[in-house]
Amino acid sequence: MATMIERIKVMLGSEPQKPTEFSPEAKEWHAMKRMNKADFEALKEHARQHNLVTHKWRNRRWAVLLVANLLFTFSFWLDIQMLEGALTASRFVGFHLIDLNSALQVMLAHKHIIVNLFIGTATVFFLWVLLGGRSFCSWVCPYHLVAEWFEWLHLKLVDKKLVSDRQFHRGARTVFWVLFSVLALVSGYTIFETLSPTGILSRALIYGPSLALGWVLLLLLFEVFYSRRAWCRYVCPIGLTYGMVGTLSPVRIMYRLEHCFHEGDCKKVCLVPHVLDMVVKGRAEHTHVPVGPDCTRCGLCVDVCPSGALQFDVKGLSKML
Amino acid sequence: MSDQADNGDDDLKPPPGAQRPKAPVRKAANRRKFIRTAALTCGVVGLSLAGWMPVAQAQKKRLRPPGALEEHDFLSSCIKCGQCVQVCPVAAIKLADIDEGFGIGVPYIDAREQACDFSCDAVQCILACPTGALTYKKPEFLKLRDGMKMAKDPVLKAKAKDAEPTLNLKERIGVARLARPDACLAVKGEGFKGQARGAAFKGRMRYMDVDRWKPVPVKDHPYERDVCDLCVTECPIQDAIKLEAFPGPDGLKKYRPVVLEQCVGCGVCEMICPVEPTAIVVDIRKEWKEA
Repeated sequence: MATMIERIKVMLGSEPQKPTEFSPEAKEWHAMKRMNKADFEALKEHARQHNLVTHKWRNRRWAVLLVANLLFTFSFWLDIQMLEGALTASRFVGFHLIDLNSALQVMLAHKHIIVNLFIGTATVFFLWVLLGGRSFCSWVCPYHLVAEWFEWLHLKLVDKKLVSDRQFHRGARTVFWVLFSVLALVSGYTIFETLSPTGILSRALIYGPSLALGWVLLLLLFEVFYSRRAWCRYVCPIGLTYGMVGTLSPVRIMYRLEHCFHEGDCKKVCLVPHVLDMVVKGRAEHTHVPVGPDCTRCGLCVDVCPSGALQFDVKGLSKML
Repeated sequence: MSDQADNGDDDLKPPPGAQRPKAPVRKAANRRKFIRTAALTCGVVGLSLAGWMPVAQAQKKRLRPPGALEEHDFLSSCIKCGQCVQVCPVAAIKLADIDEGFGIGVPYIDAREQACDFSCDAVQCILACPTGALTYKKPEFLKLRDGMKMAKDPVLKAKAKDAEPTLNLKERIGVARLARPDACLAVKGEGFKGQARGAAFKGRMRYMDVDRWKPVPVKDHPYERDVCDLCVTECPIQDAIKLEAFPGPDGLKKYRPVVLEQCVGCGVCEMICPVEPTAIVVDIRKEWKEA
């Protein structure tokens, strides 16, 4: 439990702490890895021979994200009525689905919850408890996908030393979450929705382009030229809402110390590298460490790890299989 | 991040004395980061609050779909999903853009372009709304201005012969008004012949004599009237508007449309009025008052 509270604190913005206690197995592994450099390199090269680096999860994820968003679009355009509405609220073959953060904003602003709103919110809550909380971000949110494409541009420019990534304090997102909640409660307006690129993009995909896309473009340019993935990392309260749901989720990424060569490729591709603190040499307190709730389960680390140390894992289920 | 691999056998602790010269640099970096973060917070919250300005100035007073709560409550309860847009058979409902601030993604109707003619009978947008922003029955605690509640349930002309002919709608969204009597063809004693809004007009309407369930383009349904009475005959609600005779200045009998208490403010009269710009308009969110 203590470790879960620790992981939630990291999600809210605190820096990951070095563990003070290690399990005997983990200690043994850490000791074993202090072998001479040549042997370590040889093992690493051996692991690399397996050529585990792929784009498998990224491709699956992009496919799911595109299908989910285009299902909205075609439901309306072709009138097939599968998934009506937009990401903020919809009906999937008649069942109400309501985005948790939009629901929160409306509930706080309006202070009146009708049955359909409650049902839709509860359905989505349980859905994302099952599917991994912030997996909403990387598997569904259209802004995430566009931001990923622009991130590629940002990294190219960083590579050429034309721009640099200026970081903000991650606690900012917690502050935003509280501020937007309080503002909705006090003002009676769903203020965050005005700027939410998730809602703007989702509506634009379904109902056609809008001026609001200009704001989304500004955000993307900010991320390209000033700060890598700034909106998702430091601002978006939707991510934190789903992150809290993710604390309960059985779906997560599992780190396996025995397969890790501490090369750090995973942290380089990660949207939220603070959740991968255990991959630093000597930090893992157990041989298997689940990645914290701020993880979007995007699978980029799984794809990039050359030695298969990071894998998708379903609590309870993976052991059975 | 990247140098972990090279640490190898090295002691993970920094060499003695390495921390001391680093400290002021890190302190300055942290201070910059803090200032940057504060600026980001103020910037984003400030920008989002700027969305209040268009709402406060009510630059664009929008006609909301039938069953909408009072404006402030409507903006707070609407989840900006557009399900109402998707179910409307005449595509009367549009979503507002970011220039309307907090009103972004909130549905409205441009009655002159395409009014709600209740051709769905059941007010589908109300049924589709997941948050109760559009609702048949408003919660008790929400205030309702005098003159917004209908004196009696509006009867839909199309359903007049049904067992339950009323629209399940308790409040109006506006009231029609003859804004330019001088331009009104009936007041001038003129008739009308042809397409009500010209050949380029894209608006649609349900005509019971054509098809109860399929609205057709207004341009495909030309009219021929000795005295123009389109706002009266095309009004979907019973006893909401009537044509009244009066003696004109030239001594001849003239007519004028008179809006009655059963007007719900749907805007069909505004859409169908063949005069450019329209002679009759809907006053948005206007309460009913005896003239």
